[in-house]
Amino acid sequence: MQQTRAVEFGTGLFVLLGLAALFFLTTQTTGNNAFSSGETYEVQAYFENVGSLKNRAPVSMSGVTIGRVTAVEFDPVSLEARVTFVIEQKYDQIPDDTDAAILTSGLLGSQYIGLQAGGSETYLEDGSEIDLPFTQSAIVLENLISKYLFSAGGEDDDE
Amino acid sequence: MFRELYYTFVEFLRTFGALQLFFLRLLSHSPYIIVRRFGLVVHQVHNAGALSLVIIMVCGLFVGGVLGLQGYSNLSKFNAEDAVGAVAALGLIKELGPVITALLFSGRAGTALASEIGLMKATDQLSAMEMMAISPMQRVLVPRFLGGVISMPLLAAVFTVVGLFGAHLVGVTLLGVDAGAFWAQMQNAVEPGDVYEGIIKSTVFGVVASLLAVWEGYNAIPTAEGVGRATTRTVVITAISILILDFMITAISI
Repeated sequence: MQQTRAVEFGTGLFVLLGLAALFFLTTQTTGNNAFSSGETYEVQAYFENVGSLKNRAPVSMSGVTIGRVTAVEFDPVSLEARVTFVIEQKYDQIPDDTDAAILTSGLLGSQYIGLQAGGSETYLEDGSEIDLPFTQSAIVLENLISKYLFSAGGEDDDE
Repeated sequence: MFRELYYTFVEFLRTFGALQLFFLRLLSHSPYIIVRRFGLVVHQVHNAGALSLVIIMVCGLFVGGVLGLQGYSNLSKFNAEDAVGAVAALGLIKELGPVITALLFSGRAGTALASEIGLMKATDQLSAMEMMAISPMQRVLVPRFLGGVISMPLLAAVFTVVGLFGAHLVGVTLLGVDAGAFWAQMQNAVEPGDVYEGIIKSTVFGVVASLLAVWEGYNAIPTAEGVGRATTRTVVITAISILILDFMITAISI
């Protein structure tokens, strides 16, 4: 009887440890719960080209992450990319003429949305939109290269 | 010569088919054992899991530590030492955790299962059970199989977490990477899908390793030499199957 109890105790301890490890892996190593707790509001921005922007990419202002991208879709009406992102509620005084640009962190890093504050007296709120003159598309390397190549070619033709 | 090749091929197919049927039989008996005789399974979880814990944790600590060292020495060439957390976590969660745990599990628990069952067969204990109208399938094989299946994902999770702390120990405590950057980079890089991939892998490996160990033991030639050979075959076949399956699962999930 004593031995059975020891076996059961060891097994219980082992299973508990294993489950605790699983819990740790699913909650602590992944960054998916960073913005699940706080209050947020939703903003939509229209871009000509979003590059390789992905869901859950950070939205940052002055280098500080203040929100996350929640959806990247193609809008069939305006024929532009519609990016939906949420901003934490405590940052509720962002001017509504704020610029949104898709930037790249580092040389080969992942893409994120950088916000550049405008000067308006009214603020972004839930359901606000940032439209094309205030958005800047992702820089696509191929476009840059082809632009460079063709402009160089054009100069040659002129001479 | 072709005749021999042909017979070898037929024999291989026959063994492979018999293994599948054996697996189905194990599965068909499993619900009954889980509901009615769970105590037997608990005992085997203790044998296969709780007793493997020490080797798993020691190995995990050092594998994580070596990832921290290697990651640091290579990443510091690009001034990216902070990413050592991300490198170690992705490596441990997706690959090293499930695979090394499965190999250790096969060496520590699989061999024990195979030789135990093989010796039971060699000393006619299995036949004796049948004489007493006790199904060795239900009394001996299924609890051992289920014990392995339950233990393996838990062991892999423990291995991974201990490995992460090993990497933290080397990277942060010894080499001076910033602790905040270590965990932040990790949380940026690791996605929930990566963790699920690791869990799926360790579950599949648990089924395969336990199945092969029980199968080899049950089909051992009932002599001292036969039991020894069954034990060896368990490790060899399990290692090969796990590494092939690992490649296949990774190829699917990418």
